[in-house]
Amino acid sequence: MAAKIRQPGWYRALAYSILGVLFCLGLSTGLRAAFAVDPVYDGESVLQISLLTVPLFFLGGIGCFDYWLRWASGRTVVDDHADHGAKSWRDYFKVNTDHKVIGIQYICTSFFFMFIGGLMAMLVRAELAAPGRQFVDPNTYNGIFSVHATLLIFLFVIPVFAGIANYVLPLMIGAPDMAFPRLNALSFWMLPVAGVMMLLSFLAPGGSFAAGWTAYAPLSVDAPIGQAFFTIAVQFAGASSIATALNFLVTIITMRAPGMTFFRMPLLVWANFSTSLLVVIATPFIAASQFMVILDRALGFNFFNPAGGGDVLMYQHVFWFYSHPAVYIMMLPGFGIISEVLATRSRKPVFGYRMMAFSLLAIVLLGFTVWAHHMFVSGMSDWIRIPMMITTAIIAIPTGIKIFSWIATLWRGVLKMDTPMLFAIGFIAMFTLGGISGVMLAMVPLDIHVSDTYFIVAHIHYVLFGGSLFTIYAGIYFWFPKMTGRMFNERLGKLHFWLTFIFFNVTFAPMHLIGVQGMPRRVSDYADQFATWNLIISVASFVVGLSTLIFLYNMIISWRTGPKAGSNPWNSLTIEWQVSSPPPIFNFDAIPSVVGGPYEYGVPGAVHAVFDDAKPEPVAVAAGASADASPEETD
Amino acid sequence: MTDQSHRGAVTAKNWIVLLAMIVVASVIGIIFMLALNWFPEQGSDVAPPIDTFWDVLVIVSVPIFVAVVAMMLFSIWRWRQRPGEEDLDGPPIHGSTKLEVIWTIVPTIVIAALTTYAAILLIDIQAAPAKGTRVVNVNGGQFAWDFETQAPSGPVKSERLYLPINEPVKFNVRSKDVIHDFWVPAFRLKVDAVPGITTTYNLTPTKLGTFDVVCAELCGLGHAYMRQTVTVMTAERYAAKMAGLAKAAGTPVAAAGGGVGK
Repeated sequence: MAAKIRQPGWYRALAYSILGVLFCLGLSTGLRAAFAVDPVYDGESVLQISLLTVPLFFLGGIGCFDYWLRWASGRTVVDDHADHGAKSWRDYFKVNTDHKVIGIQYICTSFFFMFIGGLMAMLVRAELAAPGRQFVDPNTYNGIFSVHATLLIFLFVIPVFAGIANYVLPLMIGAPDMAFPRLNALSFWMLPVAGVMMLLSFLAPGGSFAAGWTAYAPLSVDAPIGQAFFTIAVQFAGASSIATALNFLVTIITMRAPGMTFFRMPLLVWANFSTSLLVVIATPFIAASQFMVILDRALGFNFFNPAGGGDVLMYQHVFWFYSHPAVYIMMLPGFGIISEVLATRSRKPVFGYRMMAFSLLAIVLLGFTVWAHHMFVSGMSDWIRIPMMITTAIIAIPTGIKIFSWIATLWRGVLKMDTPMLFAIGFIAMFTLGGISGVMLAMVPLDIHVSDTYFIVAHIHYVLFGGSLFTIYAGIYFWFPKMTGRMFNERLGKLHFWLTFIFFNVTFAPMHLIGVQGMPRRVSDYADQFATWNLIISVASFVVGLSTLIFLYNMIISWRTGPKAGSNPWNSLTIEWQVSSPPPIFNFDAIPSVVGGPYEYGVPGAVHAVFDDAKPEPVAVAAGASADASPEETD
Repeated sequence: MTDQSHRGAVTAKNWIVLLAMIVVASVIGIIFMLALNWFPEQGSDVAPPIDTFWDVLVIVSVPIFVAVVAMMLFSIWRWRQRPGEEDLDGPPIHGSTKLEVIWTIVPTIVIAALTTYAAILLIDIQAAPAKGTRVVNVNGGQFAWDFETQAPSGPVKSERLYLPINEPVKFNVRSKDVIHDFWVPAFRLKVDAVPGITTTYNLTPTKLGTFDVVCAELCGLGHAYMRQTVTVMTAERYAAKMAGLAKAAGTPVAAAGGGVGK
């Protein structure tokens, strides 16, 4: 037992966490006693300090800091790759530095939270099936939809893209791993911390956080202690996001295989490059907004208290300066996935490759100029409305370029209509609708009427469900053979697509209508005139919920017993398909050299990369880094 | 080798059929969308132009969506992989500068036109009210509104909002606690009630009747129930109502506690 507690792992994590709670208890009561604050013991004080501190003890216990602490304290560090790669399923529950293991940890963790978040959506729809009160009281209802949105944004869409890219991106650029494998492990382990913290808020006195995922002050400042779980969990999710984005940037800039110039990178790599720029620049802003809330709550700083000179609207400006770019953080990686799937399954090069890359960068740039379109009715100065309307509408242009280029990629291809392709095409149709309602929302005179109504709920779900989630499904099906070495069940995949596609539309399309008719969002009860549509929406949403179980069943069964996939079942040109499924522990036995573009389908004899089995010569390529990752260089 | 005649170039006839289908589907789509009963009744002077703007947005949007879907369905119908084509690749088309320029410029023009329309309409809606316009103070609190205005007999405060028809009114919206949002769907305008500042909008009620007043910003556990009404009445009935309310409130001075905008 003592030996187990000394080793990094769950026993030590538990022991350290208990130590952490005791430390926080001592800190709080000690300081209160020292400054003669009465009472000396204050549960909420201990809880808030613990929320900030115990996760660090947990991360230390599980083993995220061992190597760094040993190195920093001058002790010998062993670079034997003992914590690299998974030999059994148990290794997925340990700190691991292999990007492939971390990728799967990310994906499974975020899907776990997707199922919980989805379950909360079912509870929301059950409550809204009829006017009046059905199952939960208004406070619980507000908590459920707040946790639903928060989990699906911070614990599903954002990290699952990081997970897919974690697995695929180093392989795609011919790198043996991410640039900072230990930072990568830390990034992952902060996620379950954030997710569990959000769920634990339901146990807090006064219920879970209930101010929506936007957590507008002063509602969030005055809320019961459950709100602190949101405020602090977002810090951990955000830190995870920032660290991963830095990791992607450095990996992409310095670890591309010889010959992999920027304009030979697959568009998934471009997409994650753009996303990482957004994350690194924008995410500190949400951290700031939540720090201000916690300081207001715990220490009475009055950032958002007008009576103390605070400014209520400032919260929204800082919050949306992150949270609008966050919409693109949740969309651009999906754009990358769709480009990979469409090119491979249409057997054609991506149409207008360079414009596809430039339009991503254009969206990054423009994404920072539109935040106040969330605030057209917030009471901010009137003059800001028209400039923000114009910049918002302009984003439709690079987005349109992408949609038209995808259609041109399909044009005259040899279209293999399998599950990843169906989700990709379904995505284009749904995202076009979401984009159109987005342009409508940019138009201030209409937005004033439909802000904070179900029209917004419809729009956001067309963008994040019909948009992001469809690309996630497409990506998971597409790379499933690479990750597991097995094929998924195609019939179940198609059934999953059609059920999701049809009932997604039955669920969310009518929300446009009831929104314009005047139903506000975030309500547990509504006027009787909206009863019929709400019942239809609820019933359809349950079918969407059930369809995810088909997906789950397919993934589990196929992972265990699916037919062997072989290294390249899609006959793709990009590098990740040129190694075995799943790939060797350090990805490449021989260093790939990139000799052409990633999508040269239809060009006779075209290859993207060649593997030189001879000892690799150091090749001088602009910004191309050594593919030889000796352990002392990593981290 | 299987028959591959379907992989030939898209003929002029194909294009005509495809375009005709896009046009027909767009017309049907537009008619369907315009036939739907989208908006609540038009209760103010700004409602008709906003509803018309919606119609314009629908007429522009439907053909874009129809075209995107039609092109994809056509591609699937014409070029899906048939048995015997498992090893076939498509033609290596990398792009077309001409097409890319077109699909950058055309949307730019559409966007420019729509934003210009929206900006002109918005400037109209935002126009400051004439001097002497009736002012109603709208005070949001968890979880009810109250309304204050200046009647000839003195300040009047009420739980329901009363307005005279065809007379401009300016709302000064304030909050006592957290953020609320003062929205009358029939009037089409809303604005947040923000602690610490006064937000405003102005309009002219144009329809007699009683309409919903809805709080549109999440304000806590009673948010869903923060629904009240506004009654728009003739000038005579309005004057009588105000006089009655002032009388019921007793001394006008006591009712003026909230600080009525002059």
